[in-house]
Amino acid sequence: MATIPDQTARQEAAASAPPAIELRGISKAFGPVQANKDISITVQRGTIHGIVGENGAGKSTLMSILYGFYKADAGEVFINGRKTEIPDSLAAIRAGIGMVFQHFKLVENFTVLENVILGAEDSALLGPSRRRARGVLKQLASDFELEVDPDTLIENLSVGHQQRVEILKALYREADILILDEPTGVLTPSEADHLFRILRGLKEQGKTIILITHKLREIMDVTDDVSVMRRGEIVATRATADTSPTELAELMVGRKVLLRVEKTEAQPGEEVLRVDGLRLVDGQGVERLRKIGFSIRAGEILGIAGVAGNGQSELLEVLAGLREAEGQAMLRGQPLPLSGQDCNGQARRARRIAHVPEDRHRRGLVLPFHAWENTALGYHHDPRYNPSPWRMDGAAIIADTAAKMERFDVRPPDPQLPAEGFSGGNQQKIVLAREIEYGPDLLLVGQPTRGVDIGAIEFIHQRLIELRDAGAAVLLVSVELDEILSLSDRILVMFDGRIMGERMADATDARELGLLMAGMEHA
Amino acid sequence: MSTKRIPHWADVTLVPLVSVLLAFAISAALIWAIGESPWNAVKLMVDGAFGSSYGWGYTLYYATNFMFTGLAVAVAFQARLFNIGGEGQAAVGGLGVALVCLYIPWPHWTLALLGASLGAAAFGALWAFIPGYLQAKRGSHIVITTIMFNFIAASFLNYMLVNFLRPQGSQDPSSPRFPDTASLPKLHEILGLFGIPFSKVPPVNISLLIAVALCGAVWWLLWRTRLGYQIRAFGESESAAQYAGISPARITIIVMLISGGLAGLMALNNVMGEQERLVLNAVEGAGFIGIAVALMGRNHPFGVFLAAILFGFLYQGGAELALWTGIPRELIVVIQALVILFTGALDNMVRIPIAKLFSLRRAD
Repeated sequence: MATIPDQTARQEAAASAPPAIELRGISKAFGPVQANKDISITVQRGTIHGIVGENGAGKSTLMSILYGFYKADAGEVFINGRKTEIPDSLAAIRAGIGMVFQHFKLVENFTVLENVILGAEDSALLGPSRRRARGVLKQLASDFELEVDPDTLIENLSVGHQQRVEILKALYREADILILDEPTGVLTPSEADHLFRILRGLKEQGKTIILITHKLREIMDVTDDVSVMRRGEIVATRATADTSPTELAELMVGRKVLLRVEKTEAQPGEEVLRVDGLRLVDGQGVERLRKIGFSIRAGEILGIAGVAGNGQSELLEVLAGLREAEGQAMLRGQPLPLSGQDCNGQARRARRIAHVPEDRHRRGLVLPFHAWENTALGYHHDPRYNPSPWRMDGAAIIADTAAKMERFDVRPPDPQLPAEGFSGGNQQKIVLAREIEYGPDLLLVGQPTRGVDIGAIEFIHQRLIELRDAGAAVLLVSVELDEILSLSDRILVMFDGRIMGERMADATDARELGLLMAGMEHA
Repeated sequence: MSTKRIPHWADVTLVPLVSVLLAFAISAALIWAIGESPWNAVKLMVDGAFGSSYGWGYTLYYATNFMFTGLAVAVAFQARLFNIGGEGQAAVGGLGVALVCLYIPWPHWTLALLGASLGAAAFGALWAFIPGYLQAKRGSHIVITTIMFNFIAASFLNYMLVNFLRPQGSQDPSSPRFPDTASLPKLHEILGLFGIPFSKVPPVNISLLIAVALCGAVWWLLWRTRLGYQIRAFGESESAAQYAGISPARITIIVMLISGGLAGLMALNNVMGEQERLVLNAVEGAGFIGIAVALMGRNHPFGVFLAAILFGFLYQGGAELALWTGIPRELIVVIQALVILFTGALDNMVRIPIAKLFSLRRAD
């Protein structure tokens, strides 16, 4: 009920003051690609405005224009009612715009204070700036729950705190308008909640916030208004209170989508993989996996939840034979070597373990290779592809690729196109088709839908469940909690190289998993 | 992103062609600046290299050398290994040829060619194996080690020639002449079989045919075999290759063996074909020219073939230029360096404007 006076207050404010940001007819093309097309948005002072859209919808381009990284081909920008030219980021800062990038722009071995004054030093000597900044930081910390120790080195801060430093940097430069690009991608749910509290506090102080995200839940939680982008255009702008996640998803994709995955009860069979005492120490002597043990059975999807960087990636690589580790592993009752000669990608495939790697650009695909060459990646010893040791049968691989592309709805279905020519979702489908159609006993999947558009996510999830129903074991690593919750039958939560807990997917929720992900033992 | 889109044919023909033309334009300006006529220089070079079967013979002789060393660099580069050691591998390949030809009594040149090929390839491969092994197992950078091995090869050859191969009493650090049964047929003899007249002077010989055949063989290896697939996958993305279970160490060593073998085979042309004995510094920089040839040929065997002929032309035409004009020999090296600079180092200077032109045309 509190929203009603709030909304009227906003409307009153809107009537009296000019909007904080008004974009009129912004267009931007990169060669033949129209990244932004005649975009007009109005953001009222003291509101949080969400911008949602799939990858490549043009959100980042639009914000880069607003921050002076790109020059628009056409259109005008009005800040506080005044027409403003933003040729570079200095001009953006002068206009009171601050940006928090998805990938932080911090100097790792500088302190918080040094990072905050970097580029905003008042004089040649640093002393006065430091003293002033220290005072300002103290004030900001108490005003907005933005506590960070000013003398800590950035490299010693958690990701959530590093993000606070980015926000502090913008506020120190007296930003009135704050743009956040996918701010929660690297945060735990509780860190994200804290961020949203900060954002609401900033809003109450009259700051204007633009939040770019692809997570609809965040839009619903924190924004006042939301604009949906699709293929470079704004397809709709709604008051958040008047819309729903389903409507937004449909607007983003341009058709009806299923947000929940439909699946039947799992029918777990015999044990496929059991690991015990898995331990990995990396090159710097840091223990990445601390004696992990678990098992996975045929016909189930085991989800591994956790904030990025808590050992999940290492676990996948060890199981896939890409890294050596200590400990024991048994695959279908037979020992699976974790080090030595027989610990490599070929040997794993021979044991019917397939792997959809987290990073399809670095690992899963050879980007300049044709789609058909990528279909043979890892399966290049397959006798169907090699009629003799002296000849690889390109025609056979191309035919096989065409069939796989058809079954996995890869667009365009052209085996001769280089992998880098496909969109993220279609690249991922090429990898999935290769690994799933191999008919593995165990499929290792890392971030299956990272950078993949909503339409393809739906398809990928269905394929993983089909594989499970066909009797394979699926080990799913994802930092998207929603994905873990909706796909998995059983969930392990990792924190700092350990397994913090195990839950059945139908008997837990995001809150409980979030606490485990933050390392809290008794959730 | 749009700037990357450039049709394949333009990528392999237009970009190098424009680069070469730019290099020639600047060379022309240089020639003009020292008071000679660029037009005359071009006429002399083209005439000297292609105007007679004599000129053709020398052009093809040089081109043969560059095909071997260019292929060596190109194969290694497909695995993103920068083999700078072609010079040393070709030199040691020469030792292999000399030993095979001097110490085995061959009844006929065909058998001698077979034996010498094995000797040249094996010695060259061995010389490349050591840096390859060190890279694969010890992480010693291949650029550094292959450069060092060029110097070691030169010293080693000097030592072998002076102490073992030099005939008693000779002041010249070179091996005795190979027996006549190890003498390779010259191109004029081969063409003579078909009734085609050709100058008897130039040293171009049957190794030219071997080099051309190897261009085809290397293409087959890289794009039609499983090994080639693994080499290219490793070259484009080591992490993806590891994911696919391709052993980086194994591929590194195999590729260096192939690359060194190709460089070593150059000795068929210069040592067995031309000199018919092993002399000091028989390679004469062809190993380094191979790098430029591979760069210009986009590390593709057919590109290497064409680039080798271009550099053969520059060598032969340049020699004519130095002979008949006041243009110093050094300027020829400058012209060659300009070609290398433009085709190798300044690639994007040409590529990006061309890509822009193409994207403009598509936008219309």
